[in-house]
Amino acid sequence: MHELSVTESVLEIACKHAEKAGAKKVTDVYLVIGRLSSIVDDSVEFYWQMITEDTLCRDARLHFKRVPAELVCLECGHQYLLAQELTPCPNCGSARIRILSGDEFNIESIEIQR
Amino acid sequence: MSESRIKIVEKILNANERLAHENRQRIDEATAYSINLMASPGAGKTSFILATINGLQDEGVQIGVIEGDTAPVTIDSDKITAVGMPVVQVNTGGECHLDALMVEIALDQLPLYTIDLLLVENVGNLICPAAFALGTHSNILIASTPEGDDKPYKYPNIYRGLDVLIINKIDLLPYLDFDMDYFQQGVEMLNPGLISFAVSCKTGEGIENWLEWIKAKLPKK
Repeated sequence: MHELSVTESVLEIACKHAEKAGAKKVTDVYLVIGRLSSIVDDSVEFYWQMITEDTLCRDARLHFKRVPAELVCLECGHQYLLAQELTPCPNCGSARIRILSGDEFNIESIEIQR
Repeated sequence: MSESRIKIVEKILNANERLAHENRQRIDEATAYSINLMASPGAGKTSFILATINGLQDEGVQIGVIEGDTAPVTIDSDKITAVGMPVVQVNTGGECHLDALMVEIALDQLPLYTIDLLLVENVGNLICPAAFALGTHSNILIASTPEGDDKPYKYPNIYRGLDVLIINKIDLLPYLDFDMDYFQQGVEMLNPGLISFAVSCKTGEGIENWLEWIKAKLPKK
């Protein structure tokens, strides 16, 4: 999808916080990506190398932490994780379900050198 | 040299969301109602906009349109101009979606204070537009029957953020293997109780129900 604009946003946020903390350099950036947020790690890595050249994030490593999508059945209360495609509740078969998590698309933290 | 870990926890698309919030404030100040219209290419977004204009024009409703396209074309905006409504064509330069900044710039070019209804036609795509808030009051998806009944299962994110679903091209149902029950079960799992209208922009079937819904949303000026 739109990996370049996503990568640019990551860089902007990381640099903003690094500057605020008086960092000389960012060494690691930790991302949390939910199962329902589509992003291609390799493309982000590719753009990251390109756009970080003249920034505090030069040579910083990206870490992707994937978190599963959790669903709850509104009929029987059964909680389950999204497997491949969306399916009705495996316990009672109801299609009345709610998605509890899996949308995460955050920068969790950065590692810096002062 | 000292190393340390700084906790951030910030949404990657935070900047977009802030801009979307500002867009909403501007639209609210102008007392217009706004819609982010999403669909795959060819689902009938522009036909739907024209059908909406056609149905509301005689009642004096002013409609402004923002047309998003990935290529520098004016095919869609020419159609809107032809029916006498203000339109801004946004070329995303190859980007797969509109974002809040593009809408902000387009808003500058519209006579916002004379508009009752703002229709933003997003880029034809079922993936990326779902991730970028624009600041509109509602998100509407046009699903057309020739696309197939499995789309909610294959593109869950776009269905989850919807306020209204339009099922277009129902006049073609007799010619297609479109299982409406299977389609609607997928929609129900993603967005329980979602308001939906089955229409044909070609024959006009069902458009009246949609017009009733949108009329009730329009500001009383």
